[in-house]
Amino acid sequence: MTAVREDFAEILRLVRPGSRVLDVGCGGGELLELLTREKGADAQGLELSPENVSACLARGLAVVQGDGDRDLDHFPTRAFDYAILSKTLQQMRDPRHALSELLRIAEQAVVSVPNFGHWKMRLYLLGRGRMPETKALPDPWWSTPNIHLCTLRDFIDLADDLGLRIDACAALSNGKPARAMDPKGVLENWRAETGLFLLSRRAEPQPEATPRNLFGEVELPKAEGPKRTRKARK
Amino acid sequence: MAPAAKTSPEIETGGGVWRFPAGQPLRLDSGASLSPLEVAYKTYGHLNADKSNAVLVCHALTGDQHLASQHPVTGKPGWWDRVVGPSLALDPDRYFVICANVVGGCMGTTGPASIDPGTGEAYGLAFPVITIADMVRAQAMLVEALGIDTLFAVIGGSMGGMQVVQWAADYPEKLFSAVAIATAARHSAQNIAFHEVGRQAVMADPNWRGGAYLKAGVRPEKGLAVARMAAHITYVSEAALHRKFGRELQRDGLSWGFDADFQVESYLRHQGASFVDRFDANSYLYITRAMDYFDLAGPHGGVLANAFIKARKVKFCVLSFTSDWLYPTVENRAIVRALNAAGCRASFADIVSDKGHDAFLLDEPVFDQALRGFLAAQAQARGLS
Repeated sequence: MTAVREDFAEILRLVRPGSRVLDVGCGGGELLELLTREKGADAQGLELSPENVSACLARGLAVVQGDGDRDLDHFPTRAFDYAILSKTLQQMRDPRHALSELLRIAEQAVVSVPNFGHWKMRLYLLGRGRMPETKALPDPWWSTPNIHLCTLRDFIDLADDLGLRIDACAALSNGKPARAMDPKGVLENWRAETGLFLLSRRAEPQPEATPRNLFGEVELPKAEGPKRTRKARK
Repeated sequence: MAPAAKTSPEIETGGGVWRFPAGQPLRLDSGASLSPLEVAYKTYGHLNADKSNAVLVCHALTGDQHLASQHPVTGKPGWWDRVVGPSLALDPDRYFVICANVVGGCMGTTGPASIDPGTGEAYGLAFPVITIADMVRAQAMLVEALGIDTLFAVIGGSMGGMQVVQWAADYPEKLFSAVAIATAARHSAQNIAFHEVGRQAVMADPNWRGGAYLKAGVRPEKGLAVARMAAHITYVSEAALHRKFGRELQRDGLSWGFDADFQVESYLRHQGASFVDRFDANSYLYITRAMDYFDLAGPHGGVLANAFIKARKVKFCVLSFTSDWLYPTVENRAIVRALNAAGCRASFADIVSDKGHDAFLLDEPVFDQALRGFLAAQAQARGLS
């Protein structure tokens, strides 16, 4: 067997042994098999392609043929310890909803996204004035499955907006071992080809106690909602 | 009828008719009970020392216990000898495979053609209406009688798949794994409609005699044949039917009458005619009724997931076929979603096939691989060699 893909190696490092894992977009089941074999995980996959699903079943892996855009809603809350979404978020119809669902059905999510803010992308667009075609994102604009590309900063903002906490974060480049990174580091949005994030929900903020109205007709000022760094976009 | 192209290898290891004494009646959903109960079954392979390798296969509407044995009436090979046999997905060297005729059937298990002990004559319409859950209850009695606490797997397609999900709802503690194929958790209006056409065809035959045809020494063969012809259309896809027959004629030129001009007509007539030799008309009424009454969510507050709440330890596999319009992918997927919602581990594949509903009985290598892969992984988890 060839060396384990760098993002799989990093995921294997992050996942606790014996945990329950859902791999969304599990392909032919390489990661599921690694998780089962190396980590003793109770691993289940969700995969769109019928060929890949059959391949997974033939390998004895538990996989549901389905669509991450539609089928996450049918899993119960906290059914898994980890939900994994490997370089797929940018292909989903509603990434915001998907990300939120991942952290409903699992305690933690491992999400990797290609960084459209990588210097190669920026140079390509600046220099040629065309949609970038790179090793990380090789398809021409008219056939790419990537319909919701983002930069690392965009992703971090979305996570923040959804009330998610980044527990760990690594930069991935083709063929190189994962490198831990500071998600707030300005340079990383230029340097990291792909970002891999371990996410969990921030502790629910305690709702502010509404003061009792002791003064009859007098109207009390309404409590302000939680402050947001950026306006939520719908 | 053409002689069978091949016969099943003799892999049968046992079976017969299990007679439950009068003190052990089958309690039915309708409130009635059936006694004495007889269950006809076949077995393949041997039960291992820790009784952990038993597999129950549930048959479809017109199937029977001759899973991988030559059929005594038609002489044809077993209906699933593509799956059960040496080096196949259900290898008798590894598993102890059981298949029993459903209650209400006509191949040896108590049904409307059996003798009613009260009258000494065939039950006919005095036979109580049965349900899928009743069929499963009778199977559970047989499994227990055979000394088996836990089934390694329960497997079935079509009505067999309905029994599988019913098993999961009623006896989850007795299951290690479950495979439901080309099935649904409830009968749709369209399903019921087709069955109603079939029943009306049977009952419109003057030989049906209000169900008492056996006493009169006749059989409603034409009605049952028409029922089978209509049903058979639902088992195949439009594409498969067209590929097989197109508009091909039986002879040169049209008859300018109502003979079977088209090959597809002749084929359907053959399907109808050969069916009446092996199937009892009243059984057809009772079993189609059981399927129409089937709605697994019903007794669980209308929420299908609730039916599977206690089945979290059971490993499920659901398989559907893209061209099945009788129990389409969406119905199978509904079962998977309910399993997921109940927190059960389920695998699901929608197999690409243009053969229609009957694909699970036909040559579909991807289906074979999926079934084999799932069972092999479960066997490993169960510690079966």
